[in-house]
Amino acid sequence: MTAFLVRNIGQRLILLVFISIIAHSVVHLAPGDPSLVDPMNPRMKPEDIARIRAAFHLDDPLHLQYAYWMRDLFTGQLKSFKDNQPVLEKLWDRFLNSLPLFLVTTLITWCVAFPFGVQAAVNRGSMLDKGGTLLAYTLISFPGFFLAYICIIFMVKVFDIPVIGMRTFGLEDAGLWFQSMDRIWHLTIPALIFASGSIAVLSRYVRSQMLEVIHMDYIRTARAKGLSEETVIYKHGLRNALLPFITMFGLLIPGLIGGSVIIETIFSWPGLGRLGYEAILNRDFPVILTLNFIAAILTLIGTFLSDILYAVADPRIKLN
Amino acid sequence: MDIAETIGGTLTEREFSPFREKWNIFRKDRSAVFSLWFLIFLFVLAIAAVLLTKYSSPFNPATVRLPEKFLPPLTPFTSDLVQLEDAPPFNIYLLGTDELGRDVFSRMLQGTPVSLTIGFVAVSISVSVGVLLGGLAGFYGRIRLGPITVDTLIMRFVDLMLCFPTFFLILTVVALLPPNIYNIMIVIGLTSWMGTARLVRAEFLSLREQDYVMAARSQAIPEMRIIFQHIMPNAIAPVLVSATIGVATAILTESALSFLGFGVQPPDATWGNILSDGKGFIFDAPWLTFIPGFTILFVVLAFNLCGEGLREAYNPKLRQQR
Repeated sequence: MTAFLVRNIGQRLILLVFISIIAHSVVHLAPGDPSLVDPMNPRMKPEDIARIRAAFHLDDPLHLQYAYWMRDLFTGQLKSFKDNQPVLEKLWDRFLNSLPLFLVTTLITWCVAFPFGVQAAVNRGSMLDKGGTLLAYTLISFPGFFLAYICIIFMVKVFDIPVIGMRTFGLEDAGLWFQSMDRIWHLTIPALIFASGSIAVLSRYVRSQMLEVIHMDYIRTARAKGLSEETVIYKHGLRNALLPFITMFGLLIPGLIGGSVIIETIFSWPGLGRLGYEAILNRDFPVILTLNFIAAILTLIGTFLSDILYAVADPRIKLN
Repeated sequence: MDIAETIGGTLTEREFSPFREKWNIFRKDRSAVFSLWFLIFLFVLAIAAVLLTKYSSPFNPATVRLPEKFLPPLTPFTSDLVQLEDAPPFNIYLLGTDELGRDVFSRMLQGTPVSLTIGFVAVSISVSVGVLLGGLAGFYGRIRLGPITVDTLIMRFVDLMLCFPTFFLILTVVALLPPNIYNIMIVIGLTSWMGTARLVRAEFLSLREQDYVMAARSQAIPEMRIIFQHIMPNAIAPVLVSATIGVATAILTESALSFLGFGVQPPDATWGNILSDGKGFIFDAPWLTFIPGFTILFVVLAFNLCGEGLREAYNPKLRQQR
């Protein structure tokens, strides 16, 4: 077990080093650099640009720039090109804003997708299954931003729900109850739209997993023993069908950060995705790089945990 | 129907041919067949669109008619202020006009081949890279390069690519590169091959051990020929299924990029940038948002349903359960 853990962590650390190198090269090799953000500004003289480039180490060779980035990142000295604020602090603030959105989205996704997928598999070919399949494909095919626009118009017109930002401006003096309800309403719509796509994908996976499990011999045995259908499906079936989803847990993280770019931009949600989008517009390399890097770290931690959980949940898997 | 049945009855022998068998399964899925016809219609439309928007002046999507802006769909052309040669096709604004009085129908037509090309080229790139790397890892996986095997090397690279938030990576690169259609296709293609590589590797691993590969080897058939003539045809089916769905994803990604302003730049029209231009007028001219939005939805849906039909047809596991 210890050997497995050590080797696994070691592999992931090596992977992380390569990820950082690739991210760094992609961002720095692509044309367009921070000094070109505002080319029409008459006050930007060539000597100013040269000064900026020198200050950001942009004229140094790539490996040196990489070394600077790594050194600053791990000593916590990394500063944003744009406003000279510490990058890690900035990311942490935005992460705290994104966290409720991620958590609620994941919660909605899993709570809806699992019962639905199981029912669709159990009643294969029924109206529920067919209608659900079509609905799932429609949701997968819906461009997220288009759905968001329709939803905003619909919700604001019909229910008069606040949708933009994290809270209503000017409510700082309101009571605690009022403020928290305001927060929850602001969270609901983005989370629902964010979740809609993943609900569709996940419920399809659950359905196909359940379909495979339902035809196993042990399910027939369980039925033959005279167990109730509920017990057969949810205790014997679902528990086995759940196993592959443990591994999906880690791989969901990059999707959450990547997918949040559009949702957070539309809803003016001051989270990680929006920070990334702004950083891209400003060619704010330290922020872009660190965001990619942190996403990769989170993914690696996620897949690592799911590997271990998988072994814990499934006694057939031996760690060696 | 009768004729089809009699033909089917006389052709019982041929029903056992692999293609026929799969087609019969595919045909049972009505939504998949409908999607297939829809896509075929779309291809014809795309080819027609290339010719029409280039050579026929009523279909010119760039014709600006400022007195005719924001006309709702199905408005007949009656203006005295616009010259007759600038009249829209069939003298009617089928899908309305936009903020410059351009005919939305012609613009959507112009966008059709562009959006489809982006989808197909991006998927061709991702399938080529995926098949190449997956095939290498599957067939030559045991060869050692120094301390590590080829398989480890390639599959760790796949793991590495899976760690990046894909959409964010695409956005980063597209934002830094000059925005044009080729860069978008290449970037989408180069960031979406990981699934294909995994599929192909798994197929190659199992096919490599089959008896017919052994037989081919014993006849001293060159390795390249074994790979491309004997193994590849058997491994390609799941790849094609995932490629069909990949086209859908690529079209969605392009529209999302256009929405954020990094997509194909005006005056070239794609469905994505018609939508993103139109969203500013969503209250005054909702058709500018809804027409491209629903077009993207239906086309992507058709690709997805078609892919699902193919998956059912090519997945023997699912068939046994019927």
